[in-house]
Amino acid sequence: MDIALAVLGGFAAAAVAPLVVARAGHYGGYLLALVPLAVFAFYLSLAFGADDVAAVSWTWIDALGVDFSFRIDGLSRLFGLLISGIGAIIVVYAAGYLKGDPKLGRFYLFLLSFMGAMLGLTAADNLVTLFVFWELTSVTSYMLIGYKHEYQASRDAALQALLVTAGGGLAMLAGLVLLGIAADTQSIAEINAAGDVVRDHHLYVPILVLLLIGAATKSAQFPFHFWLPGAMEAPTPVSAYLHSATMVKAGVFLLARVNPSLGGTTEWTAALSIAGGATMLLGAYLALNQYDLKRILAYTTLSALGTLVMLLGVGTELALKGMVTFLLAHALYKGALFMMAGAVDHEAGTRDVRHLGKLARAMPITAAVAVIGALSLGGFPPLFSFIGKEVLLEATLENEWGAFWLLLAVVAVSSPLLVVAAGVIAIRPFFQAGGEPPKHPHEAPPSMWAGPGILALGSVVLGLAPVLGQGWLIEPAAQAVAGEEFEVRLALWHGFNLPLAVSAMTIAAGIVAYLFREQLRALTWPVESRVAGTVGPTRGYEGFLVGIKRGSAWQTRKLQHGRLRRYVATTALATVGLVALAAFTNGGVPLAFDVGGVHFYEWFLGALVLGGGVLTAVARNRFFAVTAVGVVGVGVALIFLVFSAPDLAMTQLLVDVLTVILFVLVFYHLPGPMLQARRGVLVRDAALSLAVGATMTLLVLGVVHADRPTDVSEFYAAAAYAEAFGRNVVNVILVDFRILDTLGEVVVLGAAALGAYALLKYRARDPEGDEQ
Amino acid sequence: MDDALLILPMLVPLLFACLAIAVLRWRHVQAALTILNAAILIGLGIALMVVVWDERVIVTQVADWPAPFGITLVADLFSAIMVLLAAIVGFSAAIYSAATIDDRRALYGYYPLFNILLMGVMGAFLTGDLFNLYVWFEVLLISSFVLLGLGGTRAQMEGAIKYVVLNLLSSIIFLTGVGLVYGMAGTLNMADLAVRLRDVEDEGLVLVVSMLFLVAFGVKAAVFPVFSWLPASYHTPPVAVSALFAGLLTKVGVYALIRVFSLLFAEDQAHVQDVLIWVAGFTMVTGVLGAAAQNEFRRILSFHIVSQIGYMVMGLAFFTPLGYAAAIYFVAHNMFAKTGLFIVSGLSHRLLGSFELKKLGGLAKHSPEVTLLFFLCAFSLAGLPPLAGFFGKFALARAGFEAEHYIIVGVSLAVGLFTMYSMTKIWAEAFWKPYPAELPGDFQVRRRQPGMLVMTIPAVIFAALGVAMGVAAGPVFELLERAGEQLADPSGYIAAVLGGEPE
Repeated sequence: MDIALAVLGGFAAAAVAPLVVARAGHYGGYLLALVPLAVFAFYLSLAFGADDVAAVSWTWIDALGVDFSFRIDGLSRLFGLLISGIGAIIVVYAAGYLKGDPKLGRFYLFLLSFMGAMLGLTAADNLVTLFVFWELTSVTSYMLIGYKHEYQASRDAALQALLVTAGGGLAMLAGLVLLGIAADTQSIAEINAAGDVVRDHHLYVPILVLLLIGAATKSAQFPFHFWLPGAMEAPTPVSAYLHSATMVKAGVFLLARVNPSLGGTTEWTAALSIAGGATMLLGAYLALNQYDLKRILAYTTLSALGTLVMLLGVGTELALKGMVTFLLAHALYKGALFMMAGAVDHEAGTRDVRHLGKLARAMPITAAVAVIGALSLGGFPPLFSFIGKEVLLEATLENEWGAFWLLLAVVAVSSPLLVVAAGVIAIRPFFQAGGEPPKHPHEAPPSMWAGPGILALGSVVLGLAPVLGQGWLIEPAAQAVAGEEFEVRLALWHGFNLPLAVSAMTIAAGIVAYLFREQLRALTWPVESRVAGTVGPTRGYEGFLVGIKRGSAWQTRKLQHGRLRRYVATTALATVGLVALAAFTNGGVPLAFDVGGVHFYEWFLGALVLGGGVLTAVARNRFFAVTAVGVVGVGVALIFLVFSAPDLAMTQLLVDVLTVILFVLVFYHLPGPMLQARRGVLVRDAALSLAVGATMTLLVLGVVHADRPTDVSEFYAAAAYAEAFGRNVVNVILVDFRILDTLGEVVVLGAAALGAYALLKYRARDPEGDEQ
Repeated sequence: MDDALLILPMLVPLLFACLAIAVLRWRHVQAALTILNAAILIGLGIALMVVVWDERVIVTQVADWPAPFGITLVADLFSAIMVLLAAIVGFSAAIYSAATIDDRRALYGYYPLFNILLMGVMGAFLTGDLFNLYVWFEVLLISSFVLLGLGGTRAQMEGAIKYVVLNLLSSIIFLTGVGLVYGMAGTLNMADLAVRLRDVEDEGLVLVVSMLFLVAFGVKAAVFPVFSWLPASYHTPPVAVSALFAGLLTKVGVYALIRVFSLLFAEDQAHVQDVLIWVAGFTMVTGVLGAAAQNEFRRILSFHIVSQIGYMVMGLAFFTPLGYAAAIYFVAHNMFAKTGLFIVSGLSHRLLGSFELKKLGGLAKHSPEVTLLFFLCAFSLAGLPPLAGFFGKFALARAGFEAEHYIIVGVSLAVGLFTMYSMTKIWAEAFWKPYPAELPGDFQVRRRQPGMLVMTIPAVIFAALGVAMGVAAGPVFELLERAGEQLADPSGYIAAVLGGEPE
């Protein structure tokens, strides 16, 4: 119960956030920060509690095997601590960053909802529970990216992020449903405990592909990476929280979560290593030609996400250990760096490094954060991320997969590029001269440096004494990802070995690259801009949007053209087509037509009706057409008469005469001659009409041919007088046997009368001014 | 007791229609009567649900003529659910009408026709007789036609003519089918038909004739390629009428499709299944693309109705208990979300005076209540968990995958993305974008009008139902699963109507 309370506490806080802010202004933010803080404390208590795993479950939809259930193991705990801890910092930070913003209440509403969703996602045990929170993170992210929704750019970026992540979410939903069917349970713990059941299932590959699409879109893996830089339209607290420290790691989380049941196969290793490696390299490279602090950070985030996915793909104990370590390290320094970028933007009025310089004097604390963060980003000792990188290299080097050298190459190229990015972030704006920021910079308020300061401090402390985090935090998380027990030992100093050498070389290469960065840019930018402008995924996305617009417009013109004549033709065609198709699949309809049994007057009546029909169709004048319709009616009435139904014949005749008279009266008011369609249209319509007629004829012949069981009419004939006391069977049917039909038809007539009166008499005076 | 429960849903609206005619000059009295009528129908719907809860099928023979000779009224879980849903939609639309329908429309019979429409819907859900079903379709058709045209503006008449011509065509095809079925089986009672059609020697003939019903009800349900009447007409009448239609009309068509293909033509399902899956897929895709091409609030919603019908047909096409359950869940969710959205379109029109997206804007800033209502209804429609639409989608995917129909499930999920695309289009344009001109001077006054409050109530009802159906999806699906099993195995239904023990 307390688990659910902790997990869902974010939503409760979100619900009251607008009220709190309305009362207390930005101070309300400090108050609201208590909620994530309490959640953080709860997760800490779990980590040091007696049980390794805490779980709670309610049945949600029994019929579909859906439970609302949470199970907090080592991995969930690590994520929970990051989400709530950084959440508390962000809530405080936003109070400073968005001080005085009239929409602050709504901001907290979405931010805290997001936190709740993220906690729920990482704690979920049921596949559907997980998906529910997964989608909620997408939507809250949409709301937060579109926070400045007065601007087109914000709206577009929000839509882009939503379409990509929600599209991936739908693929993932399909994958989760299949996974539930394949494993015959939707409990993640049970699925993970089931061993090779999923890996051996014939649906394994589709499941893997679908889940991978979901994870890749969420965690911005190549080729779905393009939405993440766009998401930087969001206010910086959002970028720091959602788009670096937490939400974008949801995809990584998903893959880590299902690793025990899906991981370890060749397909898994290949897909994740390739997607992760490509993203790692691409992100590190794309940061090179950026000048906006947030964009640089966004691209390095891509690179980090790629690293995590790649390590999951490698999947050895060492790799998983490295994954968890790197994940924690990245969350700490990247959160700090984003908040630093926000502080610079807030105080100096720009995030463009070309306009910034010598900020260290005015903003010493922010500068310190930037330096620590940048050193982490570059993987310098003695920071925690250095340890992460060491393990990463170690895992890459011992990798048994044949293409390990490829991964090594990826690491060797991307690491120096990250060093360049680190230099651009920390050295250029804070220590070099030059640049004219729009505002006169001074140190940010404590609410905006305290949090990043704590995170930066965390990087230092864990780097110097990794033992502080390994036993209770990293080891259980790594074990949960692996699905088996093993020991995790981290150390800053591993002795002189190959990883250290590689590490040293990449750092050295990075420093050289930083010094020659302008030359590198001059070399790469022309190519990059051309590629991005022609075949990049952003172009693909734009093409997709344009495609939807054009395609849908074209389709709507074709289908919803507004011409009634063609709508009728479509309906007729559908009827004929479906009937013919069904008859065809069944090898035809039985027909028996005994010409000898037809009396000569029946031939005559048939000819009369047919002739009337043809004359109606070819008539060029209304009177003639109506008269011809009258002939058809009379013919039908005569048929009724021949088959001994005089009442029907009389009714038919009356209706027919009346119809003709009414038509003639109405014609008096109609303008001009009859419209004539073009010849092609006439031919088409004639063919279609003949097809409909032929279909109906054949159907009737088929039915007549079939053996007919005794029907209800015999009962009517027998019971009409004996039980219903009426001599006229038709009347008895109408007023007794099937009285409800008659009631219905009376209502129809009444409504028709009312309608005719209303339609004739009433014209709305001003259609535009109608109240709606 | 059963007799009354089955016949009153038709007689009560008829009575209230007559009462409303008696007081044509008093708009408010008429509105109050109509709301009362719908409230009674909700009560009857609940009573029906209570009675059929334990999978009991209740039956009454009108005028006491034994089946199959007289007309039978039947309620199983499916019918009872539909009656209740329709009553809720009617109730909400009646409240909305009370705030928006002017004196002149009231004088020319708006409310009597409203009640007659409800009568037709109830009759269609409760009848156990194929020809009687046709009669209720006529009642529906004539009353909806007049409601659509009432006001007689050019746009309305254009829409109404298309509506009536195409629907009459459907009626003719339906009637032809009824005649042919009678020719083969000699009966019109649906339970009796279910038995007798099984014994028709030439199964192929039954299949061929069943296609006529597919087309006839397909037109009513607005499936591809015969949906044109719907987007041509739904955006023309007052919002109250659009909302009522959006909730009821196509759903009657879907009901009829499910009923006849689960009961009458249940023998030879392979071909029907293929056809239905194709129809479902094309309906989803063409509907949602149609919506993507629109830039007017109600036109977008109209095309979406079409698209969503595809999901319901898809649920039917699996012919499994879970498939039926998912289809009914989808019907219910859609009635709520779509009617709610039409009402939201009316609210935004009342505030800003337009349905055109480019003339709308700023609602997120200036009207948080409408924003919240739209968000809940629209994102439910787009399938955002934990709102109702998600569980509809999820159940359909589960049912489809279990039956190994992978492609149609894939299509349905992909269409979900496009649904989200057009909902976010409305969201971005009407709610996020700043209002393109100076806000109407009396905006805040309008926002606080009592009329606005009344108009908001039905939207609140639908938004709340969307949330409730998601949160309480457990009990809902428990019920629907039983309804689905009843449909998949109609022997209980047949035995209840014809007497005797279920096979």
